[in-house]
Amino acid sequence: MSIAQDEPGAQFRLSMLLNDTRYRGYTFQAVALLALIAFMAYLGVNLVQNLAAAGLNISYQFLGEPAGYDINQRLVEYTSQSTHWRAAVVGVLNTLLVAFVGCFLATVIGVFVGILRLSKNWLIRQLTSVYVEIFRNVPVLIWILIVMQIFIVVLPQPRDFKGANASASMWFDAFAFTGRGFYTPKPIWMDGSWVVVAVFLASILGVFAFRQYAKTRLYRDGVMLERFWTSLGILFVPCLVVYFIMGQPIGLDYPALKGFNFKGGVYMRNSFIALTFALSIYTAAFIAENVRAGILAVSKGQTEAAASLGLRPNRIMNLVILPQALRVIIPPLISQYLNLTKNSSLAIAVGYMDLTGTLGGITLNQTGRAIETVLLLMLFYLTISLSISFIMNIYNNAVKLKER
Amino acid sequence: MKNSLILGAMTVAGLAAGVATAGTLEDVQARGKLNCGVTTGLVGFAAPDANGEWQGFDVAVCRAVAAAVLGDASAVEFVPTTGKTRFTALASGEIDMLARNTTWTFSRDVDLKFEFTGVNYYDGQGFMVPADLGVTSAKELDGATVCIQTGTTTELNLADFFRTNNISYEPVPIETNSEAQPLYLEGACDVYTTDASGLAATRAAFENPGDHVVLPEIISKEPLGPLVRHGDNEWGDIVRWTLNALITAEELGVTSANMSDMMAGTNNPEINRLLGTEGTLGAMLGLDADWAAKALAVSGNYGEIFETNIGENTPIGLSRGLNAQWKNGGLIYSPPFR
Amino acid sequence: MTDQHQVAYVRTEMLPEQAPPSSQQGVFKWVRENLFPDVVNSIMTVLALLIIYYLLSGFMPWLFGGVWTADSIRDCREILDAAGREVGGCFAVLTERWNQMLFGFTYPTDQYWRPFTAFLLLPFAVTGLMFMGLIAKAFRILAIVQLCMAALIVVGAMAQGSGLGMAVTPAILAVLAFAISTLAASGTPIVRYLILMTALYPFVAFWLIWGGSILSPLFVMIGLIIGYLVFKRGEAFGFAAGVALGLVATVIVWIIGGQIAGLAPDFLAFEAVRSRDMGGFMLNFILGTVCVSLSLPIGIVLALGRQSDMPIIKIICVVFIEFVRGVPLITLLFVANVVLNYFLPPGTNFDLILRVIIMITLFSSAYIAEVIRGGLAALPTGQYEAADSLGLDYAQATRLIILPQALKISIPGIVNVSVGLFKDTTLVSVISMFDLVGMIRGPILASTEWNGVYWELWGAAILLFFPVCYGISQYSQWLERQLDTSHR
Repeated sequence: MSIAQDEPGAQFRLSMLLNDTRYRGYTFQAVALLALIAFMAYLGVNLVQNLAAAGLNISYQFLGEPAGYDINQRLVEYTSQSTHWRAAVVGVLNTLLVAFVGCFLATVIGVFVGILRLSKNWLIRQLTSVYVEIFRNVPVLIWILIVMQIFIVVLPQPRDFKGANASASMWFDAFAFTGRGFYTPKPIWMDGSWVVVAVFLASILGVFAFRQYAKTRLYRDGVMLERFWTSLGILFVPCLVVYFIMGQPIGLDYPALKGFNFKGGVYMRNSFIALTFALSIYTAAFIAENVRAGILAVSKGQTEAAASLGLRPNRIMNLVILPQALRVIIPPLISQYLNLTKNSSLAIAVGYMDLTGTLGGITLNQTGRAIETVLLLMLFYLTISLSISFIMNIYNNAVKLKER
Repeated sequence: MKNSLILGAMTVAGLAAGVATAGTLEDVQARGKLNCGVTTGLVGFAAPDANGEWQGFDVAVCRAVAAAVLGDASAVEFVPTTGKTRFTALASGEIDMLARNTTWTFSRDVDLKFEFTGVNYYDGQGFMVPADLGVTSAKELDGATVCIQTGTTTELNLADFFRTNNISYEPVPIETNSEAQPLYLEGACDVYTTDASGLAATRAAFENPGDHVVLPEIISKEPLGPLVRHGDNEWGDIVRWTLNALITAEELGVTSANMSDMMAGTNNPEINRLLGTEGTLGAMLGLDADWAAKALAVSGNYGEIFETNIGENTPIGLSRGLNAQWKNGGLIYSPPFR
Repeated sequence: MTDQHQVAYVRTEMLPEQAPPSSQQGVFKWVRENLFPDVVNSIMTVLALLIIYYLLSGFMPWLFGGVWTADSIRDCREILDAAGREVGGCFAVLTERWNQMLFGFTYPTDQYWRPFTAFLLLPFAVTGLMFMGLIAKAFRILAIVQLCMAALIVVGAMAQGSGLGMAVTPAILAVLAFAISTLAASGTPIVRYLILMTALYPFVAFWLIWGGSILSPLFVMIGLIIGYLVFKRGEAFGFAAGVALGLVATVIVWIIGGQIAGLAPDFLAFEAVRSRDMGGFMLNFILGTVCVSLSLPIGIVLALGRQSDMPIIKIICVVFIEFVRGVPLITLLFVANVVLNYFLPPGTNFDLILRVIIMITLFSSAYIAEVIRGGLAALPTGQYEAADSLGLDYAQATRLIILPQALKISIPGIVNVSVGLFKDTTLVSVISMFDLVGMIRGPILASTEWNGVYWELWGAAILLFFPVCYGISQYSQWLERQLDTSHR
């Protein structure tokens, strides 16, 4: 676009700021920057005026004061005398727990359904597509509330387990599925249990070593070793042997009904399960579509080529199709993980104490520090999102098709 | 919407900061509507009926203020607020007053910069449990699952109560009263705790209210009252004295039935001053002389409002108790109209 | 040759074709191939059948044994008991609260036809744009849909004994749609008028839903038209100058118009309804449509800014987009609910719904910007270079060459974002607004009559959301196929 008169050294005139393409960009940017600064300043002035009028100030001192409220699910030590900051940390951990478990479940369900959607079986295809369409096209909040409703209304409450002719009973005296959540036995670590754990960890390493060995044998001698059963054996046999030699150092703590609630064992709250489960089945519907699209994106020739090499359908899927499909699947998968994490903030609808429940909920209510808490809340989610995006970019660059 | 958007955009563009805030009274009069914050729904205190009309004890206070200021009891915009939004809504000027069974506490008054204009209901936090649980005292609640409304003083009281009695519990935080109902009824919580009046109101909405008992322990003092923003004393005075007018009217025996007779003039000078037939109390507030009469005409005096909304003949069935007039041994007491 | 092979035992004529064996044809073959091709699949089929049977055997008696008229849940149970039915839904809650679920509980009852009409008119505004090449067909379908709607209302009105009048609007609109369809089929160039209808729609819808005098939306529209005309004139002095002049003209008209509208507030006025009184599914719909349409232009600007080579503008856009996309919508709604008022000038007061619209619009514009950026990036560089070589400046090139193509590629993505946004409008129930979910969780479930009726209500919520979202997402997939010009 440069024109002959624009030669360097031509005298600068003010009108060139508007008319000369070399300078116009600067003018626009300066105007935009000024407008932005003016806008920010305007908001800031409003804020200061409003706060002054209401006699409030901005201060994060409340974070150091005792929170005063209790939180039911806490992964770290917390009492009502702990600080608001501590409450926020409890919330962050709860958010991360839901996000982590939710992403895992969603991936498992999503991949499973995605593969089933391409099944030869007409009925299965129809069923899975009904599942995908129904869950994708109804708001996730409604799903969360419905799952929570199932807990509240359908499942038996602890009071139903009471009495001689109780309407509900535990499974194997070890598992209780109640409307308040699920109770399962909890391992008790006694003296010497570390030996068992150590052996187990060693077995895991052993499995990896064996797989490596099997691979080398395959490539070197063309011998295919039985891998599945051997791995299973390596994984469990030494553990069990050590477990009995050490005199059964790991016991189980069974849940039992005491007073109002079950005591003992691992307690998974209804709000946690409802939130995690609803988020996973909702997100899984999207993931299933991504998986399907990814598999379809692998050209048919690949399947045929693999088949002509004599591979069985299972191995074609595992060795040829999935590795190639993953490259297509992973980027949208990560953004689904991001969505799930952000949607976990709907915890507030079922009373799960994630960060929105503690910091953005009770702390905000009790201290009235709206601006400060909402800002912190946003910063936290922003940090998670940006770190996931960052990891995604690294991954994308790593698996990018390297064309030579 | 477009309109207001454009207006908004124009405000942002042109009318830069420096709009002098007029007093709340002028704002309300210019608007012709009173914006009154209430709960999202608590039968007896504030809840929309089947026709969408707001009804209740707190609502009556809003209507009385609207009648006193604007002469029209229906010129009220009811803004439903949750525990989370109520204070910001008031502080930011979205509502002119908050009548949402809000407890008068030191920090709300001093730190959050609000002005409580009186107490319209003396309450305390209680516990409700299903009768078949066989619990007779809150101290037997060790290990129980407790539903609490978040954003209220109740969760703090609760934490303190269980801590001092050294018993454990499992808190289930709930955002609004209506969400707590199914949780409690279906047995997802053993106990529901909130202000005793709220418990009574909630229980009244149940299918079989008799199946649920309110435990005798009252673990806190909860003086509930309407509040306004700090710093606008004229407006605070109006809300305060409208409430006082309702209380004084009961004390003096002015009811919605006999009020029109009394407007003709009585021998009791305080009644005359209250109803505006004597003195200039209304003018001092910047209102009409018969402001209190208008407020009283809406749904009667404090006692009448109590009886029609939450009294013993309503499904909620609260007795006056602490909320009887001071002459009858209660705490309801208004400074004199003089 | 042939006579060499004249052997007695060789046939000379072809045998007639035989029918394939029964296992290789018809239903049997289909069942075998599609349901029982091997052991694993057979097991899955049986399992699936069992699951379907289990679900249906629970669901069907509940659905068909339901009670449709009762005053309360207790009434419902009594009726069920009297009829001796074990299970049965209490659908009476839907009959009784249907209007509340659709319109919220404060919208004036006698004015329901207004939002209803606005809702029915929406397809007329968008069909012309959405099905460019298939107008005749699309409008024929629309006519049928409207007729079905009318028929449904008639049936409903007969059952309830009132509300027959509501059927008039869809009936009229069905005729209109049919007329448009016939015109389009006969080759009349009708697109121009359809686009006019699209442009007119926001103002008509605003007038219908919010009521008040027709003057205010009219003047807003006139202001925009005059602004556009001035811009056309002013474009001679350059794009930026044209925009500035147009804006000034628009604002002047608005100010004058505002004065005039203030003088005659009752001129052709419907009963005014405040935004606070909007609720139910209508609120979801309003939030969805308003926010998506407002966020489109913002999204375009943001996308262009992010692709721009001016670093400051680029940074501003990137920061905005990444920030908004990085936080959950609920935190933005918290901002609208508890923080935004602090940032507005003292004394001004936006009501909650307006603040929510602002925040949701910002939210969706960031997502739409990313979709459009994808469209911009997908354009071959040749298009940019060709525009430059024609001597077009940035504004011209963008408006005439780049955007039309980029937007076309982005439409399916934009539609997907819109569906997501429409679903996300349910989050406003968390900040105590009475949208569909808020109505169900709040006033309906908390009422003495209906506490305990869960599945009927949630089922209705699914039934309201699913068709809309499913329809739109099917449309976007159809569009994707239409736009897919690659030859596979």
